[in-house]
Amino acid sequence: MTPKIKTIRWHIPLLLLPAVIIYSAIMIFPLLATLNLSFFNVEEGKQVFVGIANYIVLFGNEIYSEKFWNALGNNAYFFMIHMLVQNPLGIILAAMLSSKKLRFTAFYRTAIFIPAILSFVIVGFVWKLILSPLWGIAPDLLDMIGLKSLFLPWLGKEAYALTTISLISVWQYIGIPMMLIYAALLSIPEEVVEAAECDGITGSSLFWKIKLPLILPSIGIISILTFVGNFNAFDLIYATQGALGGPGFTTDILGTLLYRTFFGFQLQLGDLYAGSTLATVMFFIILAGVCGYLFGVQNRLRRYQF
Amino acid sequence: MHLDKKFSHIGRSIFIHTFLICFTILALFPMVIVIINSFKTRKGIFREPLSFPTAETFSIKGYETVITGGDFQLYFTNSFIVTSVSLFFILLFGAMASYALSEYRFKGNLFMGLFLAFGIMIPIRLGTVAILKLMVATGLVNTLTALILVYIAQGLPLCIFILTEFMKTVSDDLKNAGRIDGLSEYRILFTLVIPLIRPAMATVAVFSMIPIWNDLWFPLILASGEEVKTITLGAQNFIGQYLTNWNAVLAALSLAILPVVILYLIFSRQLIRGITSGAVK
Repeated sequence: MTPKIKTIRWHIPLLLLPAVIIYSAIMIFPLLATLNLSFFNVEEGKQVFVGIANYIVLFGNEIYSEKFWNALGNNAYFFMIHMLVQNPLGIILAAMLSSKKLRFTAFYRTAIFIPAILSFVIVGFVWKLILSPLWGIAPDLLDMIGLKSLFLPWLGKEAYALTTISLISVWQYIGIPMMLIYAALLSIPEEVVEAAECDGITGSSLFWKIKLPLILPSIGIISILTFVGNFNAFDLIYATQGALGGPGFTTDILGTLLYRTFFGFQLQLGDLYAGSTLATVMFFIILAGVCGYLFGVQNRLRRYQF
Repeated sequence: MHLDKKFSHIGRSIFIHTFLICFTILALFPMVIVIINSFKTRKGIFREPLSFPTAETFSIKGYETVITGGDFQLYFTNSFIVTSVSLFFILLFGAMASYALSEYRFKGNLFMGLFLAFGIMIPIRLGTVAILKLMVATGLVNTLTALILVYIAQGLPLCIFILTEFMKTVSDDLKNAGRIDGLSEYRILFTLVIPLIRPAMATVAVFSMIPIWNDLWFPLILASGEEVKTITLGAQNFIGQYLTNWNAVLAALSLAILPVVILYLIFSRQLIRGITSGAVK
Protein backbone atom coordinates (compact mmCIF):
# COMPACT_ATOMS: atom_id res chain seq x y z
CA MET A 1 0.00 0.00 0.00
CA THR A 2 2.89 2.36 -0.55
CA PRO A 3 1.98 5.35 -2.73
CA LYS A 4 4.46 4.07 -5.33
CA ILE A 5 2.04 1.36 -6.45
CA LYS A 6 -0.72 3.88 -7.06
CA THR A 7 1.22 5.91 -9.61
CA ILE A 8 0.33 4.84 -13.12
CA ARG A 9 3.24 3.21 -14.87
CA TRP A 10 2.77 4.93 -18.20
CA HIS A 11 5.58 3.04 -19.87
CA ILE A 12 3.59 -0.22 -19.84
CA PRO A 13 0.74 0.99 -22.10
CA LEU A 14 3.21 3.00 -24.17
CA LEU A 15 5.35 -0.07 -24.83
CA LEU A 16 2.31 -2.15 -25.75
CA LEU A 17 0.52 0.52 -27.76
CA PRO A 18 2.13 0.33 -31.25
CA ALA A 19 1.92 -3.46 -31.46
CA VAL A 20 -1.64 -3.59 -30.11
CA ILE A 21 -2.87 -0.82 -32.42
CA ILE A 22 -1.49 -2.32 -35.63
CA TYR A 23 -2.43 -5.88 -34.68
CA SER A 24 -5.97 -4.86 -33.70
CA ALA A 25 -6.55 -2.56 -36.66
CA ILE A 26 -5.15 -4.78 -39.42
CA MET A 27 -5.82 -8.26 -38.06
CA ILE A 28 -8.45 -8.49 -35.32
CA PHE A 29 -10.79 -5.77 -36.56
CA PRO A 30 -10.85 -7.07 -40.18
CA LEU A 31 -11.45 -10.62 -38.93
CA LEU A 32 -14.43 -9.46 -36.87
CA ALA A 33 -15.63 -7.19 -39.67
CA THR A 34 -15.50 -10.13 -42.08
CA LEU A 35 -17.55 -12.28 -39.70
CA ASN A 36 -20.01 -9.40 -39.38
CA LEU A 37 -20.15 -8.76 -43.14
CA SER A 38 -21.29 -12.33 -43.72
CA PHE A 39 -24.69 -11.38 -42.27
CA PHE A 40 -25.23 -8.56 -44.77
CA ASN A 41 -25.96 -8.25 -48.46
CA VAL A 42 -26.74 -5.58 -50.99
CA GLU A 43 -30.36 -4.84 -51.85
CA GLU A 44 -31.15 -1.98 -54.21
CA GLY A 45 -27.69 -0.54 -53.79
CA LYS A 46 -27.84 -0.47 -50.00
CA GLN A 47 -26.21 -2.75 -47.49
CA VAL A 48 -28.90 -4.51 -45.45
CA PHE A 49 -28.88 -7.09 -42.69
CA VAL A 50 -29.99 -10.44 -44.06
CA GLY A 51 -29.34 -12.78 -41.11
CA ILE A 52 -28.14 -16.19 -42.15
CA ALA A 53 -29.39 -15.87 -45.73
CA ASN A 54 -25.83 -15.95 -47.11
CA TYR A 55 -25.19 -19.21 -45.30
CA ILE A 56 -28.42 -20.68 -46.64
CA VAL A 57 -27.20 -19.81 -50.14
CA LEU A 58 -23.72 -21.22 -49.50
CA PHE A 59 -25.00 -24.53 -48.17
CA GLY A 60 -28.39 -24.71 -49.89
CA ASN A 61 -28.00 -23.24 -53.38
CA GLU A 62 -26.80 -26.01 -55.64
CA ILE A 63 -24.32 -23.89 -57.61
CA TYR A 64 -22.57 -22.62 -54.48
CA SER A 65 -22.85 -25.68 -52.27
CA GLU A 66 -21.50 -28.03 -54.92
CA LYS A 67 -18.37 -25.86 -55.30
CA PHE A 68 -18.02 -25.54 -51.55
CA TRP A 69 -18.24 -29.26 -50.76
CA ASN A 70 -15.94 -30.04 -53.67
CA ALA A 71 -13.33 -27.58 -52.36
CA LEU A 72 -13.72 -28.81 -48.79
CA GLY A 73 -13.34 -32.44 -49.89
CA ASN A 74 -10.26 -31.62 -51.96
CA ASN A 75 -8.84 -29.70 -49.02
CA ALA A 76 -9.42 -32.65 -46.69
CA TYR A 77 -7.66 -34.95 -49.17
CA PHE A 78 -4.80 -32.44 -49.50
CA PHE A 79 -4.44 -32.47 -45.70
CA MET A 80 -4.66 -36.26 -45.51
CA ILE A 81 -1.77 -36.70 -47.98
CA HIS A 82 0.34 -34.35 -45.85
CA MET A 83 -0.47 -36.30 -42.70
CA LEU A 84 0.19 -39.68 -44.31
CA VAL A 85 3.30 -38.83 -46.34
CA GLN A 86 4.94 -35.60 -45.14
CA ASN A 87 4.84 -36.14 -41.40
CA PRO A 88 5.84 -39.85 -41.23
CA LEU A 89 8.66 -39.25 -43.74
CA GLY A 90 9.75 -36.21 -41.74
CA ILE A 91 9.92 -38.36 -38.61
CA ILE A 92 11.93 -41.06 -40.40
CA LEU A 93 14.39 -38.47 -41.74
CA ALA A 94 14.74 -36.89 -38.29
CA ALA A 95 15.29 -40.28 -36.65
CA MET A 96 18.05 -41.03 -39.16
CA LEU A 97 19.67 -37.62 -38.76
CA SER A 98 19.76 -37.98 -35.00
CA SER A 99 21.46 -41.39 -35.02
CA LYS A 100 24.74 -41.33 -33.13
CA LYS A 101 28.06 -40.58 -34.80
CA LEU A 102 26.45 -39.87 -38.19
CA ARG A 103 28.58 -37.59 -40.35
CA PHE A 104 27.45 -34.83 -42.72
CA THR A 105 24.21 -34.26 -40.78
CA ALA A 106 24.52 -30.47 -41.17
CA PHE A 107 24.79 -30.87 -44.94
CA TYR A 108 21.74 -33.15 -45.19
CA ARG A 109 19.66 -30.89 -42.95
CA THR A 110 20.55 -27.77 -44.88
CA ALA A 111 19.92 -29.35 -48.29
CA ILE A 112 16.61 -31.02 -47.47
CA PHE A 113 15.31 -27.79 -45.94
CA ILE A 114 16.07 -25.62 -49.01
CA PRO A 115 12.71 -26.13 -50.83
CA ALA A 116 10.86 -24.83 -47.75
CA ILE A 117 12.39 -21.36 -48.13
CA LEU A 118 11.35 -20.96 -51.78
CA SER A 119 8.05 -19.41 -52.77
CA PHE A 120 5.15 -21.54 -53.98
CA VAL A 121 5.30 -19.70 -57.26
CA ILE A 122 8.84 -20.90 -57.97
CA VAL A 123 8.21 -24.42 -56.72
CA GLY A 124 4.95 -24.66 -58.65
CA PHE A 125 6.48 -23.61 -61.94
CA VAL A 126 9.61 -25.72 -61.51
CA TRP A 127 7.53 -28.86 -61.05
CA LYS A 128 5.15 -27.86 -63.81
CA LEU A 129 8.13 -27.74 -66.19
CA ILE A 130 9.62 -30.99 -64.92
CA LEU A 131 6.34 -32.89 -65.19
CA SER A 132 5.52 -31.33 -68.55
CA PRO A 133 5.31 -33.89 -71.38
CA LEU A 134 6.68 -31.16 -73.69
CA TRP A 135 10.05 -31.00 -72.00
CA GLY A 136 10.35 -34.65 -71.16
CA ILE A 137 12.47 -34.56 -68.01
CA ALA A 138 10.10 -36.80 -66.08
CA PRO A 139 9.72 -39.42 -68.86
CA ASP A 140 13.52 -39.41 -69.38
CA LEU A 141 14.12 -40.01 -65.70
CA LEU A 142 11.53 -42.79 -65.62
CA ASP A 143 13.16 -44.27 -68.70
CA MET A 144 16.44 -44.60 -66.78
CA ILE A 145 14.80 -47.02 -64.38
CA GLY A 146 12.76 -48.66 -67.13
CA LEU A 147 9.39 -47.26 -66.12
CA LYS A 148 8.76 -44.87 -68.99
CA SER A 149 5.41 -46.50 -69.72
CA LEU A 150 4.14 -45.22 -66.38
CA PHE A 151 4.47 -41.56 -67.40
CA LEU A 152 1.35 -39.47 -67.66
CA PRO A 153 0.86 -35.70 -67.70
CA TRP A 154 -0.16 -35.97 -64.05
CA LEU A 155 -0.97 -32.30 -63.46
CA GLY A 156 -3.42 -32.29 -66.35
CA LYS A 157 -5.30 -35.50 -65.54
CA GLU A 158 -8.39 -35.11 -63.41
CA ALA A 159 -7.72 -38.37 -61.59
CA TYR A 160 -4.16 -37.53 -60.55
CA ALA A 161 -3.86 -33.72 -60.41
CA LEU A 162 -4.79 -33.29 -56.74
CA THR A 163 -2.49 -36.10 -55.57
CA THR A 164 0.35 -34.66 -57.65
CA ILE A 165 -0.15 -31.16 -56.26
CA SER A 166 -0.29 -32.55 -52.71
CA LEU A 167 2.96 -34.43 -53.25
CA ILE A 168 4.65 -31.29 -54.63
CA SER A 169 3.59 -29.48 -51.48
CA VAL A 170 4.89 -32.40 -49.38
CA TRP A 171 8.19 -32.24 -51.26
CA GLN A 172 8.46 -28.54 -50.48
CA TYR A 173 7.63 -28.73 -46.78
CA ILE A 174 9.16 -32.03 -45.65
CA GLY A 175 12.01 -30.04 -44.05
CA ILE A 176 9.77 -28.48 -41.41
CA PRO A 177 8.56 -31.65 -39.64
CA MET A 178 12.06 -33.05 -40.08
CA MET A 179 13.62 -30.10 -38.24
CA LEU A 180 11.05 -29.93 -35.45
CA ILE A 181 11.22 -33.67 -34.75
CA TYR A 182 15.00 -33.59 -34.99
CA ALA A 183 15.05 -30.86 -32.34
CA ALA A 184 12.71 -32.89 -30.15
CA LEU A 185 14.85 -36.02 -30.51
CA LEU A 186 17.98 -34.08 -29.55
CA SER A 187 16.30 -32.77 -26.42
CA ILE A 188 15.61 -36.27 -25.03
CA PRO A 189 17.92 -36.59 -21.98
CA GLU A 190 20.79 -39.00 -22.42
CA GLU A 191 19.95 -40.73 -19.10
CA VAL A 192 16.56 -41.83 -20.39
CA VAL A 193 18.13 -43.50 -23.42
CA GLU A 194 20.90 -45.07 -21.31
CA ALA A 195 18.42 -46.40 -18.76
CA ALA A 196 16.44 -48.01 -21.57
CA GLU A 197 19.58 -49.54 -23.02
CA CYS A 198 20.46 -50.98 -19.60
CA ASP A 199 17.07 -52.65 -19.61
CA GLY A 200 17.94 -54.24 -22.95
CA ILE A 201 15.83 -52.02 -25.17
CA THR A 202 17.87 -51.16 -28.29
CA GLY A 203 17.54 -50.44 -31.99
CA SER A 204 14.08 -50.00 -33.39
CA SER A 205 12.26 -50.85 -30.19
CA LEU A 206 14.21 -48.07 -28.49
CA PHE A 207 12.68 -45.71 -31.03
CA TRP A 208 9.13 -47.06 -30.86
CA LYS A 209 8.91 -47.60 -27.11
CA ILE A 210 11.02 -44.79 -25.66
CA LYS A 211 11.64 -42.00 -28.15
CA LEU A 212 8.34 -41.89 -30.04
CA PRO A 213 6.19 -41.36 -26.92
CA LEU A 214 8.55 -38.58 -25.88
CA ILE A 215 8.26 -36.71 -29.17
CA LEU A 216 4.45 -36.98 -29.36
CA PRO A 217 3.98 -33.31 -28.30
CA SER A 218 6.09 -32.22 -31.27
CA ILE A 219 4.10 -34.47 -33.57
CA GLY A 220 0.98 -32.77 -32.22
CA ILE A 221 2.39 -29.32 -33.00
CA ILE A 222 3.36 -30.41 -36.52
CA SER A 223 -0.11 -31.79 -37.13
CA ILE A 224 -1.85 -28.56 -36.14
CA LEU A 225 0.63 -26.45 -38.15
CA THR A 226 -0.07 -28.68 -41.16
CA PHE A 227 -3.81 -28.36 -40.60
CA VAL A 228 -3.80 -24.55 -40.42
CA GLY A 229 -1.38 -24.27 -43.35
CA ASN A 230 -3.35 -26.65 -45.56
CA PHE A 231 -6.76 -25.13 -44.90
CA ASN A 232 -5.66 -21.67 -45.97
CA ALA A 233 -3.35 -22.79 -48.79
CA PHE A 234 -3.71 -20.92 -52.06
CA ASP A 235 -0.44 -19.93 -53.74
CA LEU A 236 0.73 -23.34 -55.00
CA ILE A 237 -2.57 -24.17 -56.67
CA TYR A 238 -2.91 -20.66 -58.10
CA ALA A 239 0.62 -20.81 -59.56
CA THR A 240 0.41 -24.28 -61.09
CA GLN A 241 -3.27 -24.84 -61.86
CA GLY A 242 -4.69 -21.32 -62.01
CA ALA A 243 -7.44 -19.73 -59.91
CA LEU A 244 -10.02 -22.22 -61.23
CA GLY A 245 -8.26 -25.20 -59.64
CA GLY A 246 -8.20 -27.12 -62.89
CA PRO A 247 -8.57 -29.53 -64.52
CA GLY A 248 -12.31 -29.43 -63.97
CA PHE A 249 -12.10 -28.02 -60.40
CA THR A 250 -10.37 -31.20 -59.21
CA THR A 251 -7.66 -29.16 -57.44
CA ASP A 252 -9.99 -26.40 -56.24
CA ILE A 253 -9.48 -25.89 -52.51
CA LEU A 254 -10.99 -23.42 -50.04
CA GLY A 255 -8.26 -20.81 -50.66
CA THR A 256 -8.80 -20.68 -54.42
CA LEU A 257 -12.58 -20.78 -54.00
CA LEU A 258 -12.38 -17.83 -51.56
CA TYR A 259 -10.22 -15.87 -54.01
CA ARG A 260 -12.70 -16.38 -56.86
CA THR A 261 -15.73 -15.75 -54.69
CA PHE A 262 -14.77 -12.41 -53.21
CA PHE A 263 -12.29 -11.04 -55.74
CA GLY A 264 -13.86 -12.36 -58.91
CA PHE A 265 -12.16 -14.20 -61.74
CA GLN A 266 -12.73 -13.97 -65.48
CA LEU A 267 -16.51 -13.80 -66.00
CA GLN A 268 -17.39 -14.30 -62.35
CA LEU A 269 -17.89 -11.03 -60.49
CA GLY A 270 -16.44 -10.62 -57.03
CA ASP A 271 -18.98 -10.76 -54.20
CA LEU A 272 -17.80 -9.34 -50.86
CA TYR A 273 -20.71 -10.85 -48.94
CA ALA A 274 -20.41 -14.38 -50.31
CA GLY A 275 -16.64 -14.07 -49.80
CA SER A 276 -17.11 -13.06 -46.17
CA THR A 277 -19.46 -15.97 -45.64
CA LEU A 278 -16.92 -18.42 -47.01
CA ALA A 279 -14.10 -16.80 -45.01
CA THR A 280 -16.22 -17.15 -41.87
CA VAL A 281 -16.80 -20.83 -42.54
CA MET A 282 -13.04 -21.29 -43.06
CA PHE A 283 -12.40 -19.36 -39.84
CA PHE A 284 -14.56 -21.78 -37.87
CA ILE A 285 -13.01 -24.83 -39.55
CA ILE A 286 -9.53 -23.64 -38.54
CA LEU A 287 -10.71 -22.54 -35.10
CA ALA A 288 -12.28 -25.96 -34.53
CA GLY A 289 -9.01 -27.64 -35.48
CA VAL A 290 -6.94 -25.38 -33.21
CA CYS A 291 -9.35 -25.78 -30.26
CA GLY A 292 -9.47 -29.52 -30.77
CA TYR A 293 -5.70 -29.55 -30.61
CA LEU A 294 -5.38 -27.23 -27.61
CA PHE A 295 -8.03 -28.86 -25.45
CA GLY A 296 -7.94 -32.43 -26.66
CA VAL A 297 -4.52 -33.40 -27.91
CA GLN A 298 -2.15 -31.07 -26.10
CA ASN A 299 -3.60 -31.57 -22.62
CA ARG A 300 -3.36 -35.31 -22.96
CA LEU A 301 0.21 -35.13 -24.26
CA ARG A 302 1.46 -32.80 -21.54
CA ARG A 303 2.23 -35.59 -19.12
CA TYR A 304 4.99 -36.91 -21.35
CA GLN A 305 6.91 -33.67 -21.17
CA PHE A 306 9.80 -33.22 -18.76
CA MET B 1 29.87 -61.94 -32.12
CA HIS B 2 31.68 -58.64 -31.73
CA LEU B 3 32.52 -58.57 -35.43
CA ASP B 4 28.89 -59.29 -36.29
CA LYS B 5 27.77 -56.28 -34.35
CA LYS B 6 30.33 -54.10 -36.04
CA PHE B 7 29.20 -55.23 -39.48
CA SER B 8 25.57 -54.57 -38.72
CA HIS B 9 26.58 -51.13 -37.49
CA ILE B 10 28.39 -50.37 -40.76
CA GLY B 11 25.49 -51.78 -42.75
CA ARG B 12 23.07 -49.57 -40.88
CA SER B 13 25.25 -46.53 -41.44
CA ILE B 14 25.48 -47.24 -45.19
CA PHE B 15 21.71 -47.65 -45.35
CA ILE B 16 21.12 -44.34 -43.55
CA HIS B 17 23.57 -42.47 -45.77
CA THR B 18 22.04 -43.92 -48.94
CA PHE B 19 18.56 -42.92 -47.83
CA LEU B 20 19.62 -39.39 -46.88
CA ILE B 21 21.63 -38.91 -50.10
CA CYS B 22 18.62 -40.00 -52.17
CA PHE B 23 16.48 -37.49 -50.34
CA THR B 24 19.04 -34.73 -50.76
CA ILE B 25 19.13 -35.38 -54.50
CA LEU B 26 15.34 -35.37 -54.62
CA ALA B 27 15.31 -32.04 -52.77
CA LEU B 28 17.91 -30.37 -54.95
CA PHE B 29 17.54 -31.79 -58.46
CA PRO B 30 14.52 -29.69 -59.59
CA MET B 31 16.36 -26.45 -58.83
CA VAL B 32 19.62 -27.70 -60.36
CA ILE B 33 17.83 -28.76 -63.55
CA VAL B 34 16.20 -25.36 -63.90
CA ILE B 35 19.40 -23.44 -63.26
CA ILE B 36 21.61 -25.43 -65.66
CA ASN B 37 19.00 -25.29 -68.40
CA SER B 38 18.59 -21.54 -68.03
CA PHE B 39 22.07 -21.22 -69.57
CA LYS B 40 21.23 -23.21 -72.71
CA THR B 41 19.84 -22.60 -76.15
CA ARG B 42 16.29 -23.74 -76.85
CA LYS B 43 17.64 -26.76 -78.70
CA GLY B 44 19.92 -27.64 -75.83
CA ILE B 45 17.04 -27.38 -73.37
CA PHE B 46 14.95 -29.89 -75.27
CA ARG B 47 17.59 -32.26 -76.68
CA GLU B 48 19.71 -32.80 -73.58
CA PRO B 49 17.84 -31.44 -70.60
CA LEU B 50 19.93 -33.42 -68.12
CA SER B 51 23.40 -32.34 -69.24
CA PHE B 52 25.39 -29.25 -68.35
CA PRO B 53 25.61 -26.48 -70.96
CA THR B 54 28.42 -27.03 -73.47
CA ALA B 55 30.11 -24.50 -75.73
CA GLU B 56 27.59 -25.47 -78.38
CA THR B 57 24.45 -25.16 -76.27
CA PHE B 58 25.45 -22.25 -74.05
CA SER B 59 23.22 -19.20 -74.29
CA ILE B 60 22.01 -16.40 -72.05
CA LYS B 61 19.15 -15.36 -74.31
CA GLY B 62 16.67 -16.11 -71.55
CA TYR B 63 18.31 -13.65 -69.19
CA GLU B 64 18.26 -10.99 -71.89
CA THR B 65 14.50 -11.49 -72.34
CA VAL B 66 13.96 -11.26 -68.60
CA ILE B 67 15.94 -8.05 -68.30
CA THR B 68 14.17 -6.38 -71.20
CA GLY B 69 10.71 -7.98 -70.78
CA GLY B 70 9.94 -7.44 -67.12
CA ASP B 71 10.93 -4.71 -64.74
CA PHE B 72 12.62 -7.09 -62.32
CA GLN B 73 14.84 -4.43 -60.84
CA LEU B 74 11.76 -2.53 -59.74
CA TYR B 75 10.03 -5.68 -58.44
CA PHE B 76 13.13 -6.59 -56.50
CA THR B 77 13.39 -3.12 -54.96
CA ASN B 78 9.69 -3.26 -54.00
CA SER B 79 10.11 -6.65 -52.34
CA PHE B 80 13.21 -5.44 -50.57
CA ILE B 81 11.49 -2.30 -49.22
CA VAL B 82 8.38 -4.20 -48.12
CA THR B 83 10.35 -6.97 -46.42
CA SER B 84 12.92 -4.80 -44.66
CA VAL B 85 10.51 -2.12 -43.44
CA SER B 86 8.04 -4.75 -42.21
CA LEU B 87 10.82 -6.64 -40.43
CA PHE B 88 12.11 -3.48 -38.76
CA PHE B 89 8.71 -2.64 -37.29
CA ILE B 90 7.88 -6.23 -36.38
CA LEU B 91 11.09 -6.40 -34.35
CA LEU B 92 10.77 -2.91 -32.85
CA PHE B 93 7.10 -3.10 -31.83
CA GLY B 94 7.42 -6.78 -31.00
CA ALA B 95 10.37 -6.20 -28.67
CA MET B 96 8.56 -3.32 -26.95
CA ALA B 97 5.40 -5.33 -26.36
CA SER B 98 7.36 -8.42 -25.27
CA TYR B 99 9.25 -6.34 -22.74
CA ALA B 100 6.01 -5.00 -21.28
CA LEU B 101 4.58 -8.53 -21.08
CA SER B 102 7.66 -10.23 -19.64
CA GLU B 103 8.91 -7.51 -17.29
CA TYR B 104 5.88 -6.11 -15.51
CA ARG B 105 3.00 -7.57 -13.59
CA PHE B 106 -0.13 -5.63 -14.37
CA LYS B 107 -3.83 -6.20 -14.66
CA GLY B 108 -4.65 -7.84 -17.96
CA ASN B 109 -1.14 -9.15 -18.59
CA LEU B 110 -2.36 -12.72 -19.22
CA PHE B 111 -5.28 -11.51 -21.33
CA MET B 112 -2.98 -9.31 -23.42
CA GLY B 113 -0.59 -12.23 -23.96
CA LEU B 114 -3.41 -14.51 -25.11
CA PHE B 115 -4.96 -11.78 -27.27
CA LEU B 116 -1.66 -11.25 -29.08
CA ALA B 117 -1.01 -15.01 -29.36
CA PHE B 118 -4.38 -15.58 -31.09
CA GLY B 119 -2.86 -14.45 -34.39
CA ILE B 120 -0.24 -17.22 -34.36
CA MET B 121 -2.82 -19.84 -35.26
CA ILE B 122 -5.52 -17.88 -37.09
CA PRO B 123 -4.31 -16.81 -40.55
CA ILE B 124 -4.69 -13.11 -41.35
CA ARG B 125 -5.87 -14.09 -44.83
CA LEU B 126 -9.33 -14.87 -43.50
CA GLY B 127 -9.86 -11.17 -42.88
CA THR B 128 -8.88 -10.22 -46.43
CA VAL B 129 -12.35 -9.03 -47.43
CA ALA B 130 -12.41 -6.41 -44.68
CA ILE B 131 -8.70 -5.59 -45.11
CA LEU B 132 -9.38 -4.78 -48.76
CA LYS B 133 -12.36 -2.61 -47.77
CA LEU B 134 -10.21 -0.85 -45.17
CA MET B 135 -7.40 -0.20 -47.64
CA VAL B 136 -9.86 1.09 -50.25
CA ALA B 137 -11.43 3.39 -47.66
CA THR B 138 -8.06 4.80 -46.58
CA GLY B 139 -6.77 5.09 -50.14
CA LEU B 140 -3.89 2.70 -49.48
CA VAL B 141 -4.73 0.23 -52.24
CA ASN B 142 -1.83 -0.21 -54.65
CA THR B 143 0.73 1.19 -52.24
CA LEU B 144 3.60 -0.59 -50.55
CA THR B 145 2.32 0.84 -47.24
CA ALA B 146 -0.73 -1.43 -47.42
CA LEU B 147 1.49 -4.50 -47.74
CA ILE B 148 3.82 -3.33 -44.99
CA LEU B 149 0.94 -2.77 -42.56
CA VAL B 150 -0.50 -6.22 -43.27
CA TYR B 151 2.84 -7.94 -42.86
CA ILE B 152 3.58 -6.14 -39.58
CA ALA B 153 0.23 -7.33 -38.21
CA GLN B 154 0.92 -10.83 -39.53
CA GLY B 155 4.42 -11.04 -38.05
CA LEU B 156 3.80 -9.53 -34.60
CA PRO B 157 2.06 -12.47 -32.83
CA LEU B 158 4.85 -15.03 -33.34
CA CYS B 159 7.53 -12.41 -32.72
CA ILE B 160 5.98 -11.37 -29.39
CA PHE B 161 5.46 -14.99 -28.39
CA ILE B 162 9.10 -15.95 -28.99
CA LEU B 163 10.69 -12.75 -27.64
CA THR B 164 8.63 -12.85 -24.43
CA GLU B 165 10.05 -16.29 -23.68
CA PHE B 166 13.59 -15.07 -24.30
CA MET B 167 13.22 -11.83 -22.33
CA LYS B 168 12.21 -13.81 -19.26
CA THR B 169 15.71 -15.29 -19.23
CA VAL B 170 17.49 -11.90 -18.98
CA SER B 171 18.82 -11.46 -15.43
CA ASP B 172 16.89 -9.15 -13.09
CA ASP B 173 20.08 -7.98 -11.39
CA LEU B 174 21.27 -6.36 -14.60
CA LYS B 175 18.02 -4.47 -15.13
CA ASN B 176 17.89 -3.40 -11.48
CA ALA B 177 21.48 -2.17 -11.70
CA GLY B 178 20.37 -0.04 -14.63
CA ARG B 179 17.43 1.30 -12.63
CA ILE B 180 19.70 2.24 -9.73
CA ASP B 181 21.91 4.10 -12.20
CA GLY B 182 18.84 6.09 -13.16
CA LEU B 183 18.14 4.63 -16.60
CA SER B 184 14.57 4.96 -17.82
CA GLU B 185 12.60 1.80 -18.60
CA TYR B 186 12.98 2.51 -22.33
CA ARG B 187 16.75 2.87 -22.01
CA ILE B 188 16.90 -0.42 -20.11
CA LEU B 189 15.02 -2.14 -22.92
CA PHE B 190 17.02 -0.66 -25.78
CA THR B 191 20.51 -0.57 -24.30
CA LEU B 192 20.54 -3.54 -21.92
CA VAL B 193 17.89 -6.11 -22.89
CA ILE B 194 17.82 -6.00 -26.69
CA PRO B 195 21.59 -6.50 -27.16
CA LEU B 196 21.36 -9.57 -24.93
CA ILE B 197 18.58 -11.22 -26.93
CA ARG B 198 20.07 -10.45 -30.33
CA PRO B 199 20.26 -14.15 -31.33
CA ALA B 200 16.53 -14.54 -30.67
CA MET B 201 15.82 -11.38 -32.67
CA ALA B 202 17.80 -12.78 -35.60
CA THR B 203 15.82 -16.02 -35.44
CA VAL B 204 12.53 -14.12 -35.44
CA ALA B 205 13.78 -12.00 -38.34
CA VAL B 206 14.53 -15.05 -40.48
CA PHE B 207 11.20 -16.72 -39.60
CA SER B 208 9.21 -13.60 -40.42
CA MET B 209 11.14 -12.77 -43.57
CA ILE B 210 10.46 -15.96 -45.55
CA PRO B 211 6.64 -15.74 -45.64
CA ILE B 212 6.73 -11.99 -46.39
CA TRP B 213 9.17 -12.32 -49.30
CA ASN B 214 7.28 -15.32 -50.73
CA ASP B 215 3.71 -14.10 -50.29
CA LEU B 216 1.52 -14.05 -53.37
CA TRP B 217 -1.94 -13.52 -51.85
CA PHE B 218 -1.71 -9.94 -50.53
CA PRO B 219 0.31 -8.50 -53.43
CA LEU B 220 -2.25 -10.04 -55.80
CA ILE B 221 -5.20 -8.50 -53.95
CA LEU B 222 -3.83 -5.28 -52.43
CA ALA B 223 -1.00 -4.18 -54.73
CA SER B 224 -1.14 -5.56 -58.23
CA GLY B 225 -0.23 -2.30 -60.00
CA GLU B 226 2.91 -2.35 -62.13
CA GLU B 227 4.67 0.23 -59.91
CA VAL B 228 4.19 -1.70 -56.66
CA LYS B 229 4.55 -5.32 -57.79
CA THR B 230 6.69 -7.51 -55.57
CA ILE B 231 9.12 -10.03 -57.02
CA THR B 232 6.86 -13.01 -56.29
CA LEU B 233 3.89 -11.47 -58.10
CA GLY B 234 6.14 -10.08 -60.84
CA ALA B 235 7.65 -13.50 -61.50
CA GLN B 236 4.18 -15.08 -61.51
CA ASN B 237 2.90 -12.56 -64.09
CA PHE B 238 6.05 -12.68 -66.21
CA ILE B 239 6.03 -16.47 -66.41
CA GLY B 240 2.32 -16.49 -67.19
CA GLN B 241 2.99 -14.13 -70.09
CA TYR B 242 6.06 -15.88 -71.51
CA LEU B 243 4.81 -19.41 -70.86
CA THR B 244 6.00 -20.71 -74.24
CA ASN B 245 9.37 -18.97 -74.11
CA TRP B 246 11.29 -21.63 -72.22
CA ASN B 247 14.55 -19.68 -72.11
CA ALA B 248 12.85 -16.74 -70.45
CA VAL B 249 10.86 -18.84 -67.99
CA LEU B 250 13.91 -20.83 -66.86
CA ALA B 251 15.99 -17.65 -66.52
CA ALA B 252 13.26 -15.93 -64.49
CA LEU B 253 12.98 -18.93 -62.18
CA SER B 254 16.74 -19.08 -61.70
CA LEU B 255 16.87 -15.37 -60.88
CA ALA B 256 14.13 -15.90 -58.31
CA ILE B 257 15.80 -18.96 -56.75
CA LEU B 258 19.41 -17.80 -56.47
CA PRO B 259 19.20 -14.78 -54.13
CA VAL B 260 16.95 -16.67 -51.69
CA VAL B 261 19.20 -19.73 -51.64
CA ILE B 262 22.34 -17.63 -51.18
CA LEU B 263 20.74 -15.73 -48.30
CA TYR B 264 19.62 -19.03 -46.80
CA LEU B 265 23.09 -20.53 -46.99
CA ILE B 266 24.45 -17.46 -45.17
CA PHE B 267 21.82 -17.59 -42.43
CA SER B 268 21.08 -21.31 -42.33
CA ARG B 269 23.07 -21.86 -39.16
CA GLN B 270 21.06 -19.15 -37.41
CA LEU B 271 17.79 -20.51 -38.72
CA ILE B 272 18.53 -24.11 -37.83
CA ARG B 273 19.84 -23.16 -34.40
CA GLY B 274 16.65 -21.17 -33.91
CA ILE B 275 14.47 -24.14 -34.71
CA THR B 276 16.50 -26.65 -32.75
CA SER B 277 16.75 -24.43 -29.67
CA GLY B 278 13.01 -24.84 -29.37
CA ALA B 279 12.17 -21.30 -30.36
CA VAL B 280 9.03 -22.41 -32.15
CA LYS B 281 7.51 -24.66 -29.51
